[in-house]
Amino acid sequence: MDSAWIALALTLKVAAWATALNLVFGVGIGYAMARWRFPGRDVVDAALTLPMVMPPTVLGYYLLTVIGSHGPIGSWLLQIFGIRLIFTWQAAVIAAMIVAFPLVFKAARAAFETVEPELEDAARTLGIGEWAVFFRVSLPLAWRGILAGLLLSFARALGEFGATLMVAGSIAGKTQTLSIAVYEAVQAGQDDTANFLVAVTSITCLAVLLSAGKLLPGRVPARG
Amino acid sequence: MIWDVALRKVLRHGHASFEIDVRFASAAQRVVLYGPSGAGKTQTLRMIAGITAPDAGRVAVADRVLYDSAIRSSLSPQQRRLGYVFQDYALFPHLTVRQNIAFARRSGWRNPPRRIDDPKVERWIAAFHLEPVAGHYPHQISGGQRQRTALARALVTEPAALLLDEPFAALDKGLRERLRQELRDLLAEIDLPMLLITHDDDDVLSLAEEVVQMSRGRVDGAAPGLALVAATTSTERAATAISPLTSATRHHAARVDRMAGA
Repeated sequence: MDSAWIALALTLKVAAWATALNLVFGVGIGYAMARWRFPGRDVVDAALTLPMVMPPTVLGYYLLTVIGSHGPIGSWLLQIFGIRLIFTWQAAVIAAMIVAFPLVFKAARAAFETVEPELEDAARTLGIGEWAVFFRVSLPLAWRGILAGLLLSFARALGEFGATLMVAGSIAGKTQTLSIAVYEAVQAGQDDTANFLVAVTSITCLAVLLSAGKLLPGRVPARG
Repeated sequence: MIWDVALRKVLRHGHASFEIDVRFASAAQRVVLYGPSGAGKTQTLRMIAGITAPDAGRVAVADRVLYDSAIRSSLSPQQRRLGYVFQDYALFPHLTVRQNIAFARRSGWRNPPRRIDDPKVERWIAAFHLEPVAGHYPHQISGGQRQRTALARALVTEPAALLLDEPFAALDKGLRERLRQELRDLLAEIDLPMLLITHDDDDVLSLAEEVVQMSRGRVDGAAPGLALVAATTSTERAATAISPLTSATRHHAARVDRMAGA
């Protein structure tokens, strides 16, 4: 069962990194999309939501062509830094991040859209700089919605399978996450291991979803 | 001149467009921009504050140039140092009354703590009788208290002037009269220029030293009985200036006539 705990630890590590990166990108891009009006905004929005509806294997294939040793980013990393991303846990982080990104982005955008732009204007007229306006007004008022999105994204990253398998493979103890370990165990006919892994995965996902559900109703006090 | 404003902007809403072309200049401390809703008053005030970018023009308040498209200069709202009271007050819902008032007293990325002890903040809390609700959140206090909190929040920054967007519209009638009186006393005491926008002639009567009449995006002189410090065309400036007292009296007389006739 030791290998199961290793897989769980790896899965949690990958999901945590993916969620942390999505916190930065999802919140930043979500805010920009909530506040900026520009031509082609709907197309950008659709493109950013695409990972949610595309088959993970298709995303994995795209990722392979980009970060693989012959891809534009992969070959650059290899030549300049000697870094090979494919079949590492970092590749699993990238896969999980992209698959879960729309969940954070969508939640953040919706949450920022509920923040009255007038409140940000009020802060500006009070002499507060743009970054401080974001951290002192916009973010605290949108925080609950964003947190709910982050937890969903964490749950989604925990269960990620298709894209992860394509770019990170299934190296036991190194890139074999829970969901991949389940697949391998079933393939190998190890029912006990499979049962145990499935139970661990289910409990983890349920715990995450329950806490997300608690945060979903926006409990921001009524405007004054 | 305390107020020197010439601003132009075309607002587009789908296929419809609306042009604002406002020019007025006044040496009065208390100017009221008066006109029906939809006249472009709020947009004008937002452009003066620097929240909305105009297409062209020039704004100077108390001899300080805040915006001049001719020399491509525009101060950010942060640099303009104008106190702005929004129509529905725009109090920060996640902060208490005290934190709202202390908001500008803190620089950096963090909000003032709930128990902030700042003599300047406490002085404004006392001046507006907000002590009993200082620890409350905006949704827990009355309309009049919200308005005072918004005023205190703006005044704590020691602004160069005060901009007020329909500050009494959200209040009921009895309270309105009392708060007008309060605002008038306050402004006299701290000697601060004020530009107030309204569609309520009672605001004009009790607060205006000079009145700028506005409709359909332009300053005009069409309404009888109001003092105008405004040009009627876009080239001409500060054409007429009738003594505000006489005009207010005349305006009041006209209202009494109307009421007697009805």
